[in-house]
Amino acid sequence: MKWFDYSAPSSLSEALKLLRENSQALLLAGGTDLLVQMRAGRKQTDLVIDIKNIAELNQLVLDASGLRLGAAVPCYRIYNHRDIARGYPALSDVASLIGGTQIQGRASIGGNLCNAAPSADAVPLLIALGAICRIAGPSGERTVPVEEFCTAPGKTVLKQGELLVSLHLPPPKPHSGAAYLRFIPRNEMDIAVAGAGVSVELNNGNFQSVRIALGAVAPTPLYAKQAGDSLAGKPVNDACIQTAAELAKAAASPITDMRGTAEYRRHLCAVLTARALKQAIQRAQEAK
Amino acid sequence: MSSQFQVVGTRPVRHDGADKVTGRALYGADIQLAGLIHGFVLRSPHAHARIKRIDTSKAEAFPGVKAVITAADFPVTPDRIVDLGEGDTPLSYVRGNMLASGKVLYKGHAVAAVAATNVHIAEEAASLIEVEYEPLPCVLTAPDAMKDGAPILHDDLRMKELGEATDKPGNVAEHFRHVKGAVEDGFQLADKIIEREFSTATVHQGYIEPHNATALWNNDGRVLVWCSTQGSFVVRDVTACVLDLPVSQVKVTPMEIGGGFGGKIPVYLEPVAALLSKKSGRPVKIVMPRQAVLEATGPTPGSSIKVKIGATKDGRFTAAQATLAYEAGAYPGSMVGPGAMCVFAAYDIDHITIDGYDVCVNKPSTAAYRAPGASNAAFATESVVDELAETLGIDPIELRLRNAAKEGTRRADGPKYRKIGCVEVLEAMKNHPHYKAPLEGPNRGRGVAVGFWFNVGLPSSVNIAVNADGTVNLVEGSTDIGGTRTSIAMQAAEVLGLPAESVLPSVVDTDSIGFTAVTGGSRTTFATGWAAHDAAQDVVRQIKERAAALWETTADKVKHSRGVYSCNGKSATFAELAAKLGETGGPVVGRAAINPRGVGGSFSGVITDVEVDPDTGKTTILRFTSFQDAGRAIHPSYVEGQMQGGSVQGIGWALNEEYYMSADGVMQNSSLLDYRMPTSLDLPMIDTHIVEVPNPAHPFGVRGVGEANIVPPPAAIANAIYRAAGVRMRRLPMNPPAVMEAVWRKP
Ligand SMILES: Cc1cc2nc3c(=O)[nH]c(=O)nc-3n(C[C@H](O)[C@H](O)[C@H](O)COP(=O)(O)OP(=O)(O)OC[C@H]3O[C@@H](n4cnc5c(N)ncnc54)[C@H](O)[C@@H]3O)c2cc1C
Repeated sequence: MKWFDYSAPSSLSEALKLLRENSQALLLAGGTDLLVQMRAGRKQTDLVIDIKNIAELNQLVLDASGLRLGAAVPCYRIYNHRDIARGYPALSDVASLIGGTQIQGRASIGGNLCNAAPSADAVPLLIALGAICRIAGPSGERTVPVEEFCTAPGKTVLKQGELLVSLHLPPPKPHSGAAYLRFIPRNEMDIAVAGAGVSVELNNGNFQSVRIALGAVAPTPLYAKQAGDSLAGKPVNDACIQTAAELAKAAASPITDMRGTAEYRRHLCAVLTARALKQAIQRAQEAK
Repeated sequence: MSSQFQVVGTRPVRHDGADKVTGRALYGADIQLAGLIHGFVLRSPHAHARIKRIDTSKAEAFPGVKAVITAADFPVTPDRIVDLGEGDTPLSYVRGNMLASGKVLYKGHAVAAVAATNVHIAEEAASLIEVEYEPLPCVLTAPDAMKDGAPILHDDLRMKELGEATDKPGNVAEHFRHVKGAVEDGFQLADKIIEREFSTATVHQGYIEPHNATALWNNDGRVLVWCSTQGSFVVRDVTACVLDLPVSQVKVTPMEIGGGFGGKIPVYLEPVAALLSKKSGRPVKIVMPRQAVLEATGPTPGSSIKVKIGATKDGRFTAAQATLAYEAGAYPGSMVGPGAMCVFAAYDIDHITIDGYDVCVNKPSTAAYRAPGASNAAFATESVVDELAETLGIDPIELRLRNAAKEGTRRADGPKYRKIGCVEVLEAMKNHPHYKAPLEGPNRGRGVAVGFWFNVGLPSSVNIAVNADGTVNLVEGSTDIGGTRTSIAMQAAEVLGLPAESVLPSVVDTDSIGFTAVTGGSRTTFATGWAAHDAAQDVVRQIKERAAALWETTADKVKHSRGVYSCNGKSATFAELAAKLGETGGPVVGRAAINPRGVGGSFSGVITDVEVDPDTGKTTILRFTSFQDAGRAIHPSYVEGQMQGGSVQGIGWALNEEYYMSADGVMQNSSLLDYRMPTSLDLPMIDTHIVEVPNPAHPFGVRGVGEANIVPPPAAIANAIYRAAGVRMRRLPMNPPAVMEAVWRKP
């Protein structure tokens, strides 16, 4: 690894100024992706900007408008937060799934998203939950739905000089539940072969609305809109769940690599979607 | 057995325990020396290429760089055949694997090395070395490498066939055959014959500590080395040979070792660090990055195996035939030899033919890995035996018992067994609560398998010096990879009649002890333990002389029992006599230097229960019991630890570990994230059952226990998966996609 300068600004404006002045600068939240990539020589820079000292990026606020999750908030703060465990249990699940204890002490959901890996575990769930990205840049702020944030492996909609400030999740609706499941050959420390994040809203034994998103089966985390929409108004039963699972499978366009064949991954999309739907339904039924 | 021994069979705290658990133990990477600089090895991006030109000038000019070397820096000596403990090899192959000359033979092959004031500078300077390659087509599996027209790794290689040199070029270094009886006649006697083909992926030992070496080419011409190795004398001899020095000019200090399993026998870095030190005049430390450990140190061979066994209706094996082709990697010397010796080692069969092929491919040169070659072979044999048991309607353990090897059984490769514990292991399995427990629930199955591994003798030296406080210092040359310091000290303690804690063992450098062979072949507790026994007897003999001097009698009149010396009503403890050494003639040092025979191989077995997720193909190990004949368990906890360790590695091999290669020979999963060894969350508690059929040749009955335990797991798991999911898996690893695909294609 080559030497680099390190700067840890304490305000958003300072960080944006550094980014503007230094087109090659790289942002560091937890660094659990970035440092690995730099050590492997896949990324090089003269300046690393640490964003962990910026208040907006470390906020974790839960109120009537939903959840505001600063982009740099580490996973452990999420799963240790009682109200998140109650309101967004699937988000707690994901935060405790990424890496292991040491990684969770540093790794952020914002970093998981900005790294733009097709297999990023938090992203399918964020899509399912309808999260919105708040982005700051030289020309002010803008918002982008999470499903539009990643554009290719390692690529996002962020333009030169922009950074992700926070993620906004709408407040949980009554009779709703969400879940994320991934398949890994081991039981920890592994990259998803496939993943499925779902959220469901129920109404008198029927699905009101459903969002389904998939991980690791396309160049970016994938919003399987048709699969979720197919359930709206349908009764909660195995046949409907299976139909949605098959639609999710059809939406996937995986590759064959060391983690699994395309055929196997497509198959997992259906398995995981159905299993995640069942878990989300159970959560919705238990929710007030 | 309870009163036979006082120390042997007990479980004292290990002598190196405090240092290990408090982080004080010193490993190779901890070495700090005045003026130390850091080395980095430049490695080939190609799996097979001709090196047309290397220009190191930019690297040499880079600020902070102190030395740059290539293969051209080796001393110029004519090529010759050398035996450095692992059989005859051309010196050019030994050097060639340390720094390539002419061609690179695998991705990650070392090409040049840089030493600089820090490792980052060395790494950056290495990237400035210009290597012009002419890429060549590569070949990655034994069956492909054996085809006519396959890319050839070594233009000078000629096949050795059935013991004779031939002029056949190609990638097959050797084809050998073992014959017992007349196999075709044997198959005539069979009512049922099953023949199947198997393949296993290349897997790595997966030790956590990367290879490392620090070397100082001193001004007096001596080369001092600190490193992580299973054999300090191997490192000494290889380094001296490669650098064309007399062995006495190299001193190797083995540091603590963070795992080896066979993979820390080959020498990669030490001569390179020495050459960098010679050129720079500074001590040089090299620590391998993890990626290099996976890409460029010896994994165990991938293999293709065909096994055919015939049996009568009542379950008597009449004949067996096997063909084993193992990937040697870049240089000849796969573990097909031991694989062929083990393939039917558990069975008493009259008619056997075994063919072995040692095949070069464009992957790293393979090395030993815990019972090298035997797990591959047992995967094949034990799967076929399981299928026979099913077809014949005989319980799988019962079928094995009907054919089990015993004292007097001759293996196809020649040797006749002395007393062995194959039947006893099988009986223990049959009678174990695990085998009798019902296995309920869908998608679950139970599998069994057995395995065999040798035990080697080889030289060992031990010195024991008596301290005035009644303790002794035991000095040995076997690097301790599995708790052997304690199991060796315990054997001395038993002879001396002292508690284990009163024997203080040290593993020392090659200047400070007589030649001691590698820690491998499950030999250390057996052979160095035997040397400790003999050295302790030498101490007892001398202490008797001292007592005799005090009591004005002769040594033959002095009796020794459990640390108490007596004669004619007088008696004194070891400690009392040790306190008086000054007045009875000075220090007492016992010594032994031996090359023991009488090794006793070890049999092992596994019973395992698995559950296969029918939707994902993922196998969960529900229960796992490992059985092994230890001969005599000197320290039962360490025997159990070996059995558990071998089981875990076998489970990893069975389920997920593999070198996943691209078509152009690049390992795609060269990190511990993607090279999936099992984590603690992937494993149940591994239960152990030690069988003790003492080896009559050893003073305490020891058989080597380090290795046989890794032999049965893949086969046992395959047999369990069959009962859980209805598919016979004949390819390792049996990872979720592989099992799922087999389920889909189930007729
Ligand atoms: C041992 C280990 C295990 C892991 N296990 C998992 C796992 O199970 N599942 C999983 O999904 N991932 C896993 N990861 C990957 C990684 O930990 C996660 O992706 C993590 O969420 C990244 O967060 P971070 O804060 O560390 O990101 P960083 O490494 O700091 O950043 C990641 C990328 O995003 C950019 N970035 C960060 N913050 C911003 C911002 N606010 N605006 C713009 N760009 C930004 C950085 O420049 C960088 O390119 C693992 C990593 C390791 C080392």
